[in-house]
Amino acid sequence: MVGLGILVFLGIIALLAPYISPYNPNQIDPSAILQPPSAKHPFGTNELGEDILSLVLWGSRISLLVGFLATFIAIFVGTGVGVTAGYAGDWIDESLMRVTDFFLVIPAVVLAIVVAAVLGPSLLNVILIIGLLSWPPTARVVRSQTLVVKTLPFVEASKASGAGTWFVIRRHILPNVLPLVYANTALTISNAIFTQSALVFLGVGDVSDISWGQILHFAYSSGAISAGYYWYAIPPGFMIVIAVLGFALTGFALDEVFNPKLKEGLVVGSS
Amino acid sequence: MGRYIAKRGLSSLVTFFATVVLTFVLFRLLPGNPITLLFRNPLLTKSEIDTLSAQFGLNQPLYVQFFDYLRNVFLGNWGISFYYRAPVTQVLFPAMINSVVLLLPSTVLAILLGVSLGIISGWKRGSASDVSILSASLILYALPTFWLGILLIMLTIKTGIPVSGMMSVGVTFPNAFSYVANVLEHMILPMTTLTLVILGQFAIIMRSSILGELTQDYVVAAYSKGMGTRRLLLKHIVPNAMLPTVTIIAISIGTVVAGAVLTETVFSWPGVGTLIYDSISRRDYPVLQGAFLVVALIVILSNFVADVVYSYLDPRVKYS
Repeated sequence: MVGLGILVFLGIIALLAPYISPYNPNQIDPSAILQPPSAKHPFGTNELGEDILSLVLWGSRISLLVGFLATFIAIFVGTGVGVTAGYAGDWIDESLMRVTDFFLVIPAVVLAIVVAAVLGPSLLNVILIIGLLSWPPTARVVRSQTLVVKTLPFVEASKASGAGTWFVIRRHILPNVLPLVYANTALTISNAIFTQSALVFLGVGDVSDISWGQILHFAYSSGAISAGYYWYAIPPGFMIVIAVLGFALTGFALDEVFNPKLKEGLVVGSS
Repeated sequence: MGRYIAKRGLSSLVTFFATVVLTFVLFRLLPGNPITLLFRNPLLTKSEIDTLSAQFGLNQPLYVQFFDYLRNVFLGNWGISFYYRAPVTQVLFPAMINSVVLLLPSTVLAILLGVSLGIISGWKRGSASDVSILSASLILYALPTFWLGILLIMLTIKTGIPVSGMMSVGVTFPNAFSYVANVLEHMILPMTTLTLVILGQFAIIMRSSILGELTQDYVVAAYSKGMGTRRLLLKHIVPNAMLPTVTIIAISIGTVVAGAVLTETVFSWPGVGTLIYDSISRRDYPVLQGAFLVVALIVILSNFVADVVYSYLDPRVKYS
């Protein structure tokens, strides 16, 4: 519930950013550089004199956008791979699982850094990279569930009555697999937001678009941190934290609702 | 047992080979001619460039280059750093040691603390300690590594704890003890950051494991037969709950490496993470390639070790 509340709050901010920001985030004011929070600038200003509150509000758009789009790719690929592997079985399953394990083993952030260095730091590249590196967990979950559903009696009956592969997948497998995917989606979004901010912070993502990671990047590189200008670093980081928390909490809650393995009824254990 | 190890070993080798192929392809895609990048001399004539290309084997067909690369990787010849003009291995090795010095204690501490907290939290589900541990773990899990590092820097900048580097520059150390003390002092902040970030995840996983075990029948049976809760917890539930935790921890090695890259960069700790970060801006592709390969290798190796350890812990796996 808390998770959902956070998400709604963030969604409102992102959509309304242009209207509720007190200033244009790109509007520089050289007379007001690195000011601590005041009545005029509730979150203070950065080294260019831009208002940090506006920056943070606008930053939500890119941060959330990348999170959603990257996750969309990840879920799409992951579900596809998972269902195919689980349903087809045999060598298709084996080879797909090898590929999945391979991507799980390589540390995603490191690979993302390298690929971004190769392909160039554009917004599209960042979305693609994060998406293409986030699908393995979804694939695994989907595959396990597909394996279970595949053996259920009604699927067998359906196939015996002559249902084609596509029909079975569409009408039987997918509806029973998707609930688990929802929980996974929330967690994937959570991860994607984190990865995007990390990549931009390192300077590997696009630093010209305003996002929370980008604000932190300039906070660090402009030396504001060493000078102790806390107002520059705290708001964007805090936003990342609550965004990640929001999605993670929602994901855990969905997991509790949909996961068939968690049972009720504890007898032992002190409370 | 041997069969299982052999199977997992083969699988790891395949993964490593795939990584080598991926590295090769990836770094051939990089923009720029390696010769011009290595020598950075605008006066190089075309014929000189051609001669150098032939010398480095760059005019060979791609598959020949690939086999050369493969051979070199195994022989330990990982190329020459564009920036340092030294063999890549010479650049990588000290950085790796520095990273391990930071990573190993942090990970061990995170595992010990995370697992303990997870056990307490899971056992006392719903109580105040559970809620507080869970919330703290969730927040730690959500904290971006670099942000926590930045916060710690800002908090401690006035107190004199070193905030960057691995040791004080320009200082001579009269004995080994003061040298170690200096390094440890520099290690306080990065290690705190890294440990905190990792342990949140471990605590949550351990807690879920414990909760999963508590619903099992054997727990109900033992309890109703009068087994003391402490013995039940320590000798039965925890060992069983450790199994999925070990797996997740092994998989998390990748996350630990990622966290290390971010932490090192924030604190300028001269490890592999900072090396990767610097190499990108310096366009030092050989070092980047070597670092990537070595990081992947370490992750693959730890996963393999984790699999073997897991098979020792869980007899069911051996006989499957």
